[in-house]
Amino acid sequence: MADIESHDYDVIVIGAGGAGLSAVVQSAAAGANTAVICKSLLGKAHTVMAEGGIAAALGNVYPEDNWKVHFRDTMRGGKMLNNWRMAQIHAQEAPERVLELETMGALFDRTRDGRVLQRDFGGHQYARLAHVGDRTGLEMIRTLQQNAVAKGVDVFMEHCVIDLLKDGEHVAGALGYRKETGQFVVWRAKAVVLATGGIGKIYKVTSNSWEYTGDGHSLALRAGADIIDMEFVQLHPTGMIWPPSVRGILVTEGVRGERGVLRNSEGRRFMFDYIPEYFAGDYADSEEEADKWYTQRTETGARRPPELLPRDEVARAIAAEVEAGRGSPHGGVFLDIASRRTPEEIKRALPSMYHQFKELAGVDITKEPMEVGPTCHYVMGGVRTEPDTTESSVPGLFAAGEVAGGMHGANRLGGNSLSDLLVFGHRAGRYAAEHALGLERAPHIDDAEVERLTALAVEPFERDEGENPFELHAELQDTMQDNVGLIRNEEDMKKGLEKIKELQERARRVRVIGNRQYNPGWSEALDLRNLLTAAEMVALSALARRESRGAHTRRDYPETDNEHFGKVNHVLRLKDGEIQLNEEPLPQMPEELRQLFEEKR
Amino acid sequence: MATERRFRVWRGDAKGGDFHDYTVPVEEGEVVLDVMHRLQAQQANDLAVRWNCKAGKCGSCSAEVNGHPTLMCMTRMSDFPPDDVVTVSPIRTFPVIRDLVTDVSFNYEVAKRIVPFQPRPMTEEEKEAGSYLLAQEDIDRLQEFRKCIECFLCQNVCHVIRDHEENKRNFAGPRFFIRNAELEMHPLDTADRRDQLQDEFGLGYCNITKCCTEVCPEGIHITDNGIIPLKERVVDKRYDPIAWLGRKIGFAKDQRRL
Amino acid sequence: MAARVATGEPETAGGRASISARTLRKDAWWRSPATTAGVLLAFVIYSTWAAFQTTDYTWEPYISPFFSPCIADACHGSSSTWSFVPWWPLPAILILIFPLGFRLTCYYYRKAYYRAFWLAPPACAVAEPHRRYTGETRFPLVLQNIHRYFLYFAVIFNIILSYDAIVAFRDHSGAWGHMGLGTLVLLINAALLWTYTLGCHSCRHLCGGKLNIFSRHRFRLRLWKFVSWFNERHMQFAWASLVWVALSDVYVRLVASGLIHDPRFF
Repeated sequence: MADIESHDYDVIVIGAGGAGLSAVVQSAAAGANTAVICKSLLGKAHTVMAEGGIAAALGNVYPEDNWKVHFRDTMRGGKMLNNWRMAQIHAQEAPERVLELETMGALFDRTRDGRVLQRDFGGHQYARLAHVGDRTGLEMIRTLQQNAVAKGVDVFMEHCVIDLLKDGEHVAGALGYRKETGQFVVWRAKAVVLATGGIGKIYKVTSNSWEYTGDGHSLALRAGADIIDMEFVQLHPTGMIWPPSVRGILVTEGVRGERGVLRNSEGRRFMFDYIPEYFAGDYADSEEEADKWYTQRTETGARRPPELLPRDEVARAIAAEVEAGRGSPHGGVFLDIASRRTPEEIKRALPSMYHQFKELAGVDITKEPMEVGPTCHYVMGGVRTEPDTTESSVPGLFAAGEVAGGMHGANRLGGNSLSDLLVFGHRAGRYAAEHALGLERAPHIDDAEVERLTALAVEPFERDEGENPFELHAELQDTMQDNVGLIRNEEDMKKGLEKIKELQERARRVRVIGNRQYNPGWSEALDLRNLLTAAEMVALSALARRESRGAHTRRDYPETDNEHFGKVNHVLRLKDGEIQLNEEPLPQMPEELRQLFEEKR
Repeated sequence: MATERRFRVWRGDAKGGDFHDYTVPVEEGEVVLDVMHRLQAQQANDLAVRWNCKAGKCGSCSAEVNGHPTLMCMTRMSDFPPDDVVTVSPIRTFPVIRDLVTDVSFNYEVAKRIVPFQPRPMTEEEKEAGSYLLAQEDIDRLQEFRKCIECFLCQNVCHVIRDHEENKRNFAGPRFFIRNAELEMHPLDTADRRDQLQDEFGLGYCNITKCCTEVCPEGIHITDNGIIPLKERVVDKRYDPIAWLGRKIGFAKDQRRL
Repeated sequence: MAARVATGEPETAGGRASISARTLRKDAWWRSPATTAGVLLAFVIYSTWAAFQTTDYTWEPYISPFFSPCIADACHGSSSTWSFVPWWPLPAILILIFPLGFRLTCYYYRKAYYRAFWLAPPACAVAEPHRRYTGETRFPLVLQNIHRYFLYFAVIFNIILSYDAIVAFRDHSGAWGHMGLGTLVLLINAALLWTYTLGCHSCRHLCGGKLNIFSRHRFRLRLWKFVSWFNERHMQFAWASLVWVALSDVYVRLVASGLIHDPRFF
């Protein structure tokens, strides 16, 4: 163990995005000796890419908004598969968290009377998203980052975690390495918060960055935690599609919130043709009505434009239009804001979209429509947690943000992610600190286990020949894109699973050249294990859910099955090295919350 | 569609290194970062490149392309003539870790020394509203600074530390002047950072030659809107005899808080 | 375990990447500082020469901006009634020191000459030749901080030159209702000097930039926004006004020496 650096903390937080930094700030404030470990530099986590805003029922623009409406919108958007308690806590605490961010120095756009301005987004009944132009995530992460730095928290930047360590049933810390030197590091901790984000890099077309390799999902699974709802992977309806090198980069839903509309090659606003029965009463059936909604909804009672349906509906509609031959030249549809707002308004409300299209695609969005198509964006599934404390089924292991499951059910509403990060990141920090400070003795680290894991990690250097890790990753992305994508069926998914198994076998033979210092080949080789585990979890769960619901669409089972699948979660556990899938009953909400859904219809 | 293009990429570490020549196929619409990835995947698995979002939002992939400090993800290959040999090197001002990756910890150390945001207490009206009441026109100026993605290209290009390593002890750099400007001009903040700016952060080292503004991928007017207003605020406190006299006699108030 | 780990043992970290070239830029980065240096030098040479040419700088109703306010004997009894130092032999020296100081400490010109003459730096990402660099932290460059006092003088001079432009609506014998090409030249001169002066960074600061809470100072916010418009174009106005001042001097001299005849509009 001589050449392994080791550290002792009360709480370590893995991941420095919105959830991780919220947890760090709270844990440090609670008096726990806290450190945060992140794969990138501080402040670069995926949260910086969040654009649209933070959903919170502040009621600043529409005073009639409140947590109950937000709760109902969230549950309906998630096709009622959400963990009701998480959705309730989320809706209740989001406003407080937004205002707290402001006392830390965040500067949201303002209403005329000086309050936080809120914008419209898909699936939200009222204008609800606190925002800063279209760079809300940057504002959020910078604010939290600066606060964490001011609190003197230790930050391990560019450190990757290889595995969690345990002491009996309890979590004991983590083993990782420092990218700069390749040095192995052990963090001993009384509590560990997972805030590692998602799994988007298992797909080819994705809005996610290289960090999204499913680390937290896989670490938790290997540590014995329950993982739920992995079949639900959200495709954001609007990603860039041209030129090829930018395919997948996000185009914020804020474009539609700011009156942008979707058109097919015939110029038709096709979303009117795709309003599902489930939402029929809430959405406008003519362009005239829809256009009134933006500014005169209270006076005219106009209903919402269908462009603002939840993301799963819009993504499917775009795919259907393209399949019917009414797509744009590069296989998407048109998103048009140029004909709807003045150039000044567009540049003011959507500056980074303007910049992004101008710089990367040579398109001036104030003059021409954008070409967009679905892109992998978010995984609703993740570590099963106790809603109030965010603790997983492994004692001392907490999870918050995208890596946690249950909050968003079968489909997440836009804007609910940033609020999720704040609400549950805050709770994770608080309860992890409480757990750690209440623990009598520090957990014990098993040196033999550390030695086994580090030996395994350097094996790829010792091979004279073997697989190229980058190629394996590319093959996985193709497999997932083709076989477990937006529209799924049994045959494809079985083929996909077989391929994943084959890749897992080949991943044991990867070879890395060079040395351990900042070696992307080595990082890729180590990430492969997590990527493949995450892909397997998605494929297994998707295969078993024989219905269509939210983001999970089956060609062979197009109906929603409320009698059976509407009442169960798919829970994954590791047993003897194999992933086991179990159906477990969905927690049932109390009567007073159930009534919120009956009032409406 | 792909065309073969030639590149010179600096490879090495703190002990030494040199430019290596590569020929890489380039597709339509690609940026320099795409090419580095293809190089990494096909010819040099261990080529170290730091990146995250590939959309100009995170500020990780800072490098120098044909000598220009830039984000690799926002530098399109179509900007170069087809026969150009494109030179890619790590940012010069910070120690190299490996290949195109540098140790930018200098910046994180400076960040720790900044006096944090210290808001005034809420007024009665604000307590009732449950939040601070701020006018948009009071924060417009600050939101420009908050666009900063911390790519550190301004820090890299600034000759004060780029050409004079020894100045790193006494100079915070444009990024942190902007950070201070945002706090200094904040309508809620109560701290005074002017002495620290001049004495510890070396605001006086800046000779406003504006390279920071030229390289900023977010188009922040670092010099005109940030550094110069800070210099003027320091003048108010330290170098303006009439203002000094006014404060001594007591008729001049601190206009920042009026 | 150590033996196994050694397979991928890294090098230790330390200094910068070993790249000896002063810059890797391939474009003509030297063009901009060279142009700046050329124009500034030309102006300095011309204005120095002009300062010593103590004849032909005034021709009723015009006066060269280099010699206004007219504080020399030559102006006695003329329309410009500012004369109060009849013994001063080289009025332009006394006068030019104020606009010179204003421009020398100007935040824009500082960039221009630090780059073009000091080469600190000559261009972005091009190494400067100096061994040490302390910027504006020490004497004499710390004096750049008194820029705002030169601004105050610049405003006074602008008022005088605006007055000169207005009196240029009188004819050669002093009667109102005249306008010649010279009137236009002096009007443009005064206007350009105002656009340059209003865009001054110190001016912008004093007008409103120093406030943190604009919403309580509506008028100063409007003023600040107005001044900011000029500030964004400070460089353009700096050059335009500099060149025009010299041209105005040339024009008045040409008319006064009788080389050209001042075309009259009305």
